[in-house]
Amino acid sequence: MASALHYQTIAGLSAQLAAGRLSSVELTRAVLARTEAVEGRIRAFNSRDEADALKQAADSDARRAAGRSRGPLEGIPVGLKDVIAVTDQPLTASSKMLANFISPYDATVTAKLKQAGAVLWGRLNLDEFAMGSSTENSAFGPTRNPWDLTRVPGGSSGGSAAALAAGTALATLGSDTGGSIRQPAALCGVVGLKPSYGLVSRYGLIAFASSLDQIGPFTRTVEDAAIMLGAIAGHDPLDSTSYRTDVPDYRTALAGKRGPWRIGIPKEYFGEGLDPEVGAAVEKAIAFYRSQNCEIKEVSLPHTQYCLDTYYIIATAEASSNLARFDGIRYGHRAADVTDVEDLYSRSRAEGFGAEVKRRIILGTYVLSSGYYDAYYLRAQKVRTLIRQDFLNAYQEVDALLTPTSPVPAFKLGEKSDPLAMYLCDIYTIGVNLAGLPAVSVPCGFTTGGLPIGLQLIGQPFRETELLAIARDYEQGHDWHTRVPSL
Amino acid sequence: MAASSELNIDHVARLARLALSPQEKAEYSRQLGDVLHHIGQLGKVDVNGVEPTAHAYPVVNVWDEDVPRAGLPVDVALQNAPRQRQHMIAVPKVVE
Amino acid sequence: MNYEAVIGLEVHVQVKTRSKMFTRVAAGYGHEPNTLTDPVVLALPGVLPVMNKAALDAVIKAGLMLGCDIAPVCKWDRKQYFYPDSPKNYQISQYDQPICLGGGVEIELPGPARNVMGEHKRIPLTRIHLEEDVGKLNHFATDSLVDYNRAGTPLMEIVSEPAMHSAEEAYAYLTSLRATMVYGGISDCDMEKGQLRCDANISVRPVGETRLGTKVELKNLNSISFVRDGIAHEIKRQLAVIERGGTIVQETRDYDGQTGVSQSLRSKEMAHDYRYFPDPDLMPVRVDEAWKSRLRSECPELPFDRQRRFMSQYQVPYTITSVLILDRALGDYFEEAARLAGPGRAQAVGNWLVNDLLREIGVAKTDLASAKVRPAQLAELVNLIESGTLLANTARTVFAKMFATGDSPAAIIEREGLTAAPTDAGELEQWCRDAIAGNPKALAEFKAGKESAINAFKGPVMKAAKGRADPKQVDATLRRLLA
Repeated sequence: MASALHYQTIAGLSAQLAAGRLSSVELTRAVLARTEAVEGRIRAFNSRDEADALKQAADSDARRAAGRSRGPLEGIPVGLKDVIAVTDQPLTASSKMLANFISPYDATVTAKLKQAGAVLWGRLNLDEFAMGSSTENSAFGPTRNPWDLTRVPGGSSGGSAAALAAGTALATLGSDTGGSIRQPAALCGVVGLKPSYGLVSRYGLIAFASSLDQIGPFTRTVEDAAIMLGAIAGHDPLDSTSYRTDVPDYRTALAGKRGPWRIGIPKEYFGEGLDPEVGAAVEKAIAFYRSQNCEIKEVSLPHTQYCLDTYYIIATAEASSNLARFDGIRYGHRAADVTDVEDLYSRSRAEGFGAEVKRRIILGTYVLSSGYYDAYYLRAQKVRTLIRQDFLNAYQEVDALLTPTSPVPAFKLGEKSDPLAMYLCDIYTIGVNLAGLPAVSVPCGFTTGGLPIGLQLIGQPFRETELLAIARDYEQGHDWHTRVPSL
Repeated sequence: MAASSELNIDHVARLARLALSPQEKAEYSRQLGDVLHHIGQLGKVDVNGVEPTAHAYPVVNVWDEDVPRAGLPVDVALQNAPRQRQHMIAVPKVVE
Repeated sequence: MNYEAVIGLEVHVQVKTRSKMFTRVAAGYGHEPNTLTDPVVLALPGVLPVMNKAALDAVIKAGLMLGCDIAPVCKWDRKQYFYPDSPKNYQISQYDQPICLGGGVEIELPGPARNVMGEHKRIPLTRIHLEEDVGKLNHFATDSLVDYNRAGTPLMEIVSEPAMHSAEEAYAYLTSLRATMVYGGISDCDMEKGQLRCDANISVRPVGETRLGTKVELKNLNSISFVRDGIAHEIKRQLAVIERGGTIVQETRDYDGQTGVSQSLRSKEMAHDYRYFPDPDLMPVRVDEAWKSRLRSECPELPFDRQRRFMSQYQVPYTITSVLILDRALGDYFEEAARLAGPGRAQAVGNWLVNDLLREIGVAKTDLASAKVRPAQLAELVNLIESGTLLANTARTVFAKMFATGDSPAAIIEREGLTAAPTDAGELEQWCRDAIAGNPKALAEFKAGKESAINAFKGPVMKAAKGRADPKQVDATLRRLLA
């Protein structure tokens, strides 16, 4: 099946489109047909607009015919996590709160994808407001893992990962606050890139935790990730936290970067709780790099044990504030028969938000409440400094760090009912967000049960090209990324 | 650091404007008690003299010049409003 | 026991910018509801704030004018509370790192008489910070309607120390602060448009006590005279409570300027817990010396400094200068006209400006900027009078025509034949002789040494001259004939 259009790479399809051997309409029709065939089992989409996609595809073909192709994404169907605004399309965050919301504006990444000629295709499911690691916290029902329909695709960008793995999109965008791109990429056997904080504009991304959120791509290959990153990265005057840095043509730059690399293995990431099969696959990846004359070095990130707590304080505090705007006044769910404004707020929010969102709002409200700010939020920000310093110290000696992406492969739906157990899914990914670093998850094997395993490579700030080159070197020595689930 | 018993769920739920059922209150109190207990270990970290990190890549003076751009037409601005009248958002009467 | 009042004011001033504080949709007043919004103003999902440079310039300038220390670094915090006029349910404000610290406002208290300068004092400021305004609620019988046009407008909060002791001081403080803000071009401070809003914290304590009494916050003081009346009323209310043996309750009260009655607002609000924390969507502001010195060079002379200078440099009396400093453009107009009129004539310029031009402007319901009489023409008028070419009461006629047409006084005199002195000195002497002959009683009194009796002859002379004789020349001729 790997030769089917819907499982090909952007790089390959782009060449066929450019050569005139394929039209965007044909390609889009293939993706729509695939979606029609498998989406009922996967449930990756919250909404999709076939007519709109076909119209965009026809527009793309017309541009190309007129010699005005906009680059490698011209005519390629790309799916968006349903937290990224697209003008005149639904924007729900998989929440009852926004079930009927239509965005009157484009996110910056949306505008950039349009400028790049991509066919925007579908709004993809997630854990409500990106809070979760399984996509079970969606008000519209869970998404299934294409490799095993009884298992979760990971989260929160589970729909984005599952759609790509199922061949119902050729690339997708997700968002990553504590691992929400990398963990589902690992669990679904695809490449997931979380760029450096500030490299991709957050304007138009429904905020979960403002100082941690970052948009990034899901793709089949590292080269495709470079293509997608090239389209969405860059300074944005609408995002004050957007970083002014040169954005190279990642795909070209990538081709020019070769090892050997100095790779650090943080010892704290290989302890208790790591699934033995995941551990073994990652050890094999380390052995591979060693065989490529890379220097492998054990390093220490001594504050790793504090990452989870630091993350939950900062993320919930920011979320409690960011989600205050969902109040049933200007938009969103409004409770019926309210007695007064206070009743309107409390009941609209109680009805509109799901359990995990409410839990995190409560926690975040508590840690910011009078008398607790210094003990929780301020202290967490200071520990955050130490966590970040750990990474920067390690980069004195190595080019990148290598870890498992997730301690476990895809788990069963309903398996993790305790919030704390679910939070532990993120232990290898959240340090990266706290430190604002780029990191990528690439497929690195399968369990005996046939579930994908992901390898996480963590790069230095704004050195995405080098990070992707290191990942590309692994990918070129293996064929995990060419495997597809049988659906 | 705070122990779980300090989480006054009624007070916090009111601050957050969440009308929680008694069951939700009991469940969240218990679950967040566990989380707060876990979070309590941050108290062990020596943060003396450590500056807080608000942004991973702090820069200063990020602004725009004061040049107006077009806004939203009023019908678009109100297109998602649950209730509106006279081009304004309608809410239950607010007593000031 | 004697009591004194202690008053601190929190003044909100809208900063005059073209666009809003954290997004670039236009700011404005008096537009159709919800026509000044964008995704950021409405706090739609996913939007982010971006600072307005001009608003920062304005607040730093305000701080420099008021002698504040400008913080080298300041940041933005979210003040969190739910209210329908607040789209995000938090307000971006500055909590523990305001942009301006300290400083003060010079005030003038009423003098012993209208034409005597009163005591000047400096009311110290605690801080000035920048934040964003909220929308507006319109209340109806069964619901309230929200208009977000005002939401996001840059707003300065100027907090004074509790350092005022009377309603008059508070009134003087607000008057001076408003004049300073208007001088600096920071705000138009039109209270009717909500561009300046004032809350007062008022307490009383026995004279000699250093601790503050229980404070009452007075809200909705929406004109400067309501501020004075409301504070006076509140001080009286608190003293009456104490006199009855009661205690003051800490509360917020609403003052109704129309009825002069205040009432408690305490009941329904739950205790505030604003959960301030640094806004992660915004970067800090760093103000360096270059920025400050550029803004310092744009700061105008403050009103009271200008008044002192006008009095010493131009010898213009206090009452006239008090008017001249009310409006920066009026003072500028004065200086321009005084410079053109030349040395020793500024006082006459001031008089004409304050007594005549402002009256005509008032009658015509226009303003100084659109008045047709420009400084050069006023200076020319004064010079024609001072040189004796134009007589005072003829000058009023000329001025009225200047105001109506915008023509120069020389052109009007030429056109209307209004030249001052009579052409024939012999004719004047004859009128004088007739006048003396016609009033033997006055002649006798004058001869007997009553100096003022000479005035009795001047009326008939002027009448004969149809008002066009030079009074100095008449006086001299009469004295020669009477000698």
